[in-house]
Amino acid sequence: MNKQNDMLNSDSLTKIDREVAKYPADQKQSAVMAALVIAQDEKGWLSQETIAAVAGYLGMAPMAVYEVASFYNMYDLQPVGKYKLTVCTNLPCALSGGVHAADYVKQKLGIDFNETTSDGKFTLKEGECMGACGDAPVMLVNNKRMCSFMLPEQIDRLLAECN
Amino acid sequence: MALIDTLNPLLTTGWSKGDAGWSLKDYETRGGYAQLKRILASKMSPDDIIAEVKKSGLRGRGGAGFPTGLKWSFMPKAAPEKYVVCNTDEGEPGTFKDRDLLRYDPHSVIEGMIIAGYAVGAARGYNYIHGEIFDIYRRFEAALDEARAAGYLGERILGSDFSFELFAHHGWGAYVCGEETGLLESIEGKKGQPRYKPPFPANFGLYGKPTTINNTETFAAIPFIMGLGGDAYLNLGKPNNGGTKLFSISGHVNRPGNYEVPMGTPFAKLLEMAGGMRGGRQLKAVIPGGSSAPVLPAEVIMECTMDYESIAKAGSMLGSGAVIVMDETVCMVKALERLSYFYYEESCGQCTPCREGSGWLYRVVHRIEHGEGRAEDLDLLNRVTDNMMGKTICALADAAALPVRGFIKNFRSEFEYHIEHKKCLVDPEVQRMGSGFFKAGAA
Repeated sequence: MNKQNDMLNSDSLTKIDREVAKYPADQKQSAVMAALVIAQDEKGWLSQETIAAVAGYLGMAPMAVYEVASFYNMYDLQPVGKYKLTVCTNLPCALSGGVHAADYVKQKLGIDFNETTSDGKFTLKEGECMGACGDAPVMLVNNKRMCSFMLPEQIDRLLAECN
Repeated sequence: MALIDTLNPLLTTGWSKGDAGWSLKDYETRGGYAQLKRILASKMSPDDIIAEVKKSGLRGRGGAGFPTGLKWSFMPKAAPEKYVVCNTDEGEPGTFKDRDLLRYDPHSVIEGMIIAGYAVGAARGYNYIHGEIFDIYRRFEAALDEARAAGYLGERILGSDFSFELFAHHGWGAYVCGEETGLLESIEGKKGQPRYKPPFPANFGLYGKPTTINNTETFAAIPFIMGLGGDAYLNLGKPNNGGTKLFSISGHVNRPGNYEVPMGTPFAKLLEMAGGMRGGRQLKAVIPGGSSAPVLPAEVIMECTMDYESIAKAGSMLGSGAVIVMDETVCMVKALERLSYFYYEESCGQCTPCREGSGWLYRVVHRIEHGEGRAEDLDLLNRVTDNMMGKTICALADAAALPVRGFIKNFRSEFEYHIEHKKCLVDPEVQRMGSGFFKAGAA
């Protein structure tokens, strides 16, 4: 058990503790979604070992944690590039260029959806509605940073910024 | 997205300073937390609050339109442990109002939730926030810290006997968690698969305890209803459609964004507020209530007013108030293909009609779009929707089926053209330029 806990650094564990405190004492499992995000932020992606570490820390069965990690789209169960770009191609975004923006990024990076550039820098994902349809085209960078109105010039600038 | 224009601002009164107006101090300056103070100081009875909300005609703003006061009255009085939950898992394509509510005025939602907690006798609440808007989740947490420090949350609020704690919980990418029982499962740390109903959350909710769950905009309206009085709020809209409503307008308009108007405002007025059609092009169709709502042709929607009854009479739903505007450059088959892919991707998989049916819908629409459609495909699609609707635990199957029916019903000839000619009715180059992504003349 201790060996598994050692796998997440103390900063991550402090953050997880803060999430656990939001729920009734007998409902630690409620913190699993936040804990997986914290673990993913630290490790870059969620390996079986990382999932087991989260399970150990929250007193859950590893399979129960895996069920959560595999159900929600933004957990990465495979390694991703340093920058994961997720482009919304749903209808409201597509009307204002979401699909075209995705095509543009594909062409710029020479990769398709669910691929990573050979230098390991970028992974491209197709996203579903991010709830920002008025700002289309919309992209997420590493799940947490939303970029709005992504026309060719803005995409060029974003890609250049990512080092 | 700053608010651009509004009629009778209520929910959006705090939005005028954009990102500079969300703090506790700003909220208090515009009268915030005055209703909570009044309720606690006067020891108002919870039943009086519920009566006021009933009188207001407020209906759930998440999409279902269920009367809010009635929902609150379902909560058992005696239960020792109860919860209030806010649904900000805003993922219905076209909807982006709750994001702006939490961005510009998070304390109105906090105050609304505290008042709801007082009215239904709950001591704890959660706001479930869509994972994709992590900045907004952070802001809501900052607002909660402010409210806690000021004594609006916690033990014995403002010296009263009432205690209430409130926390934020984020999603991480699952549309189905917008379904209230899927959301509750998700807070419990599980896959967000919806539960059988009944029992409804008022009896068996979070952790199996009685729970009131409302949309963000619904909670945000509560302080205003308590301030104005139920009757005055009702009179802002029309009978059975109380108050104002936020409409998220996306697609081919000059100024996409959120607009607050009284219920019953003509669609034509709303379109005008959003700057009219982009490039002066012709309106072709509108999805009036989020992607699950059947699409309406231009000539029908132009005669509608924006309220539950008018849109229902026209054959669609007001839903969440997401207005997706499409102009003459849109291929309706391609538009439906995007939507059908979404529901196929987001079906949680526990009910066979939805898991399999959403795949059938996507694959058949996809083959029509790609020139491989068959003459019998439109009947096949309708038949698949028959086998989905009303046959599953939650409404996601209906949400996948309704757009298919609406598109085929209202634009059948365009689908038939596609099947017969194996190409779009709308010229591909016209479609390409319609999105505004490419500058005219550029490759």
